[in-house]
Amino acid sequence: MNPILECYGLTKSYNKIYSALNNLNLSLERGQIIGLLGPNGSGKTTFIKLINDVLVPTSGEIRINGMAPGVETKKIVSYLPERTYLDETMRVKEIITYFSDFYDNFSSERAYRMLDDLQIDTNARLKTLSKGTKEKVQLILVMSRDAGLYVLDEPIGGVDPASRDYILSTILNNYNEDAAILISTHLIHDIENILDRVLFIKQGQLVLNAAVDEIRTEQGKSVDTLFREVFRC
Amino acid sequence: MPWDLDNNRPIYLQLMERIQLDIVSGVYRPGDKLPSVRELALEAAVNPNTMQKALSELERSGIVYAKRTSGRLITEDEGMLNQLKNELAQEHIHAFLEKMDELGFSREEILTLTQEQLKEAE
Repeated sequence: MNPILECYGLTKSYNKIYSALNNLNLSLERGQIIGLLGPNGSGKTTFIKLINDVLVPTSGEIRINGMAPGVETKKIVSYLPERTYLDETMRVKEIITYFSDFYDNFSSERAYRMLDDLQIDTNARLKTLSKGTKEKVQLILVMSRDAGLYVLDEPIGGVDPASRDYILSTILNNYNEDAAILISTHLIHDIENILDRVLFIKQGQLVLNAAVDEIRTEQGKSVDTLFREVFRC
Repeated sequence: MPWDLDNNRPIYLQLMERIQLDIVSGVYRPGDKLPSVRELALEAAVNPNTMQKALSELERSGIVYAKRTSGRLITEDEGMLNQLKNELAQEHIHAFLEKMDELGFSREEILTLTQEQLKEAE
């Protein structure tokens, strides 16, 4: 099968002097969980927004399952943005109906099962939930789709360690070999055991694209330690 | 409970070690069927591809074998299981001797100390 995501010379500039993303070349295969790592302002979210057609590249190309970002790719990309876009006055169960209307590949049954596991009241309005619970609801919505590419922008930032374990196992549980999962996070230590591969982005450029066990074998250190060395301030 | 893994060593090696230990210590008996890759990956909280690699390596060493339609089984070859047990013991002894070297004990002293300790434990 063709790569799920390809980038050729992908560049995004917000002004004339500075590029948030600079000539990114990349190809990601299916069946992998990939960590997108980099310090604040390195271009992670810009990259994610380009994948999801929220931003348009200044130059270069991006291909998802061979297609440029648009209506067709949104059918196969399940996106968890860093900030919520949901109407906070809606009840959890209403949002589930909304999602199942919106996406052919959404499984309400799977969503309800996960909400039940985390004991989240489906009658509650979103605005009455805590920050962490809101994050969980959004992750559940995103992981309840049968997508080809899941793009998760900081999925575990605001949740407690116990729920973090549940979320990571949710990610592992819903993962299948035809799909890829791209996760941006600062919590490398918590997540590196579930990753196949990591991408390090520094000032808009890809500085490392390697398998986690490759890094550990060759460098004798964790991804977390390597990150602290590469990005030492 | 996720398995306790050292963040600085390759994950698949640690998964292999853990499963080998489970085999030697009798969590799995000879001829037992191993859980599926997905089940083991979820239990360990690791990537399924990494678990797959660990199991393939164990398969290559012969300690587990794949049986069509019924997954992976633990070998029933007692000789091989004993050999694995001995190898693991040797690794521990090796690590112990290294530590004692660091502390500055001679081989004779190590032997005496160990014998004393064994007597006390009796």
